[in-house]
Amino acid sequence: MSLAKRIIPCLDVDAGRVVKGVKFVDIRDAGDPVEIAKRYNQEGADEITFLDITASSDERDTIEHVVEQVASQVFIPLTVGGGIRTIADIRRMLNAGADKVGINTAAVHNPEFVKEAADKVGSQCIVVSIDAKRVSKENEPNKWEIFTHGGRKPTGIDALEWAIKMTQYGAGEVLLTSMDQDGTKSGFDLELTRTISEAVTIPVIASGGVGNLEHLSDGVTKGQADAVLAASIFHFGEYTIAEAKQHMQNQGITVRG
Amino acid sequence: MEKVVIVDYGMSNLHSVFSALKEVSDNKFDIQVSQDSKTIDSADRIIFPGQGAAADCMRQIRAFNLVESIQKAALEKPFLGICMGMQVLLERSDENAGTECLGMIKGSVNAFAEAHKKAGIKRLKIPHMGWNTIKQSIDHPVWSNINQDSYFYFVHSYFVHLSDSRQAAGKTDYGIEFSSVLADGKVFAMQCHPEKSADNGLQLLTNFLKWNGN
Repeated sequence: MSLAKRIIPCLDVDAGRVVKGVKFVDIRDAGDPVEIAKRYNQEGADEITFLDITASSDERDTIEHVVEQVASQVFIPLTVGGGIRTIADIRRMLNAGADKVGINTAAVHNPEFVKEAADKVGSQCIVVSIDAKRVSKENEPNKWEIFTHGGRKPTGIDALEWAIKMTQYGAGEVLLTSMDQDGTKSGFDLELTRTISEAVTIPVIASGGVGNLEHLSDGVTKGQADAVLAASIFHFGEYTIAEAKQHMQNQGITVRG
Repeated sequence: MEKVVIVDYGMSNLHSVFSALKEVSDNKFDIQVSQDSKTIDSADRIIFPGQGAAADCMRQIRAFNLVESIQKAALEKPFLGICMGMQVLLERSDENAGTECLGMIKGSVNAFAEAHKKAGIKRLKIPHMGWNTIKQSIDHPVWSNINQDSYFYFVHSYFVHLSDSRQAAGKTDYGIEFSSVLADGKVFAMQCHPEKSADNGLQLLTNFLKWNGN
């Protein structure tokens, strides 16, 4: 027996409602985060990640209520990302019942924020989200750069160096999304995942590009990821989390039964 | 109504512990969160959680004047330690360049990084984060209806080393085998988080609420 590789469904939340359509046949309200989280929990999800995509500032605190409601009924780890910019934001989320917060843009703008956050609430609560895009051409050595604003804004920061730096600054985990693969359903950027995962001492969650179960197991076996995150394949009922676990197990990967 | 007190010394997020207990208590227990020694003294059972660094935890416990109440409670009533609430029961921790702890259980708290290095293990991530199994090493009422090798949720970088291995109630393998659960008299303490361990965790909390401490 050993530490299981985790499967993490990710839900986009806008003004307190889950968006991008989650289709379960037997739930009444497909936009209700509590119902969806409960369902994923029943299916065996190892954690749930909420990404707050609320644009309007006066509705931003709705994510807090979402976390509060889910945390009082679903007893697995919860991560919240999106718009986390201050220590006060982090404390609000943790007090609402989140176990971890994802920090992305705020870390890029001010790396010291990660240090301060880890110092105040502990590394175990701090997930640094990295959106990386390949910038090397064919025949060149692999190189990825950090992008912000959903992959639109280059930062000039090398992804590998950044991941190592964030580890040193006290991050407890890395959520690594390939902006090249995200939404393509053609699988993770396995080279990116493996490069980062082998270079850092903290767990790495692979994200971006999952279209089938093979992609999930590849993330672990070929990408050396400690956990795999996916959204659409679970939301649209293409696969259940139980099926994903069965598949991983068939590939010889340890999962929580 | 029996009073269950979750000890709050400002070091952890108690929302999840409170919610999980409420979920399994069937409204038959009065569940309180408190940092007041009188409330702790008057409780029927104690939940002692904790998060963060050992030195900070010990400083807070002392700052809230809770050392005596905690030590007394652990002798007198069913007492559940969780995560850092398990580690600080030991004599000392290697964290923060050495931290003196409550000394209620003989032994120490050591770093995975060091232990892995000694064992020649290179590729294990730290913190030990995620779901791992517990091999129950004794029969105990708090293990009722929980299978051998059940999964629980862990997140920690240091682990408990017991001087008296007979106090281990459960063991977990992360490169090295360590005591993930200890039992001594009315104390049952675990490194993992039952409040985040789905059905197994809820079953464990249910069992704890039923346990008379013997």
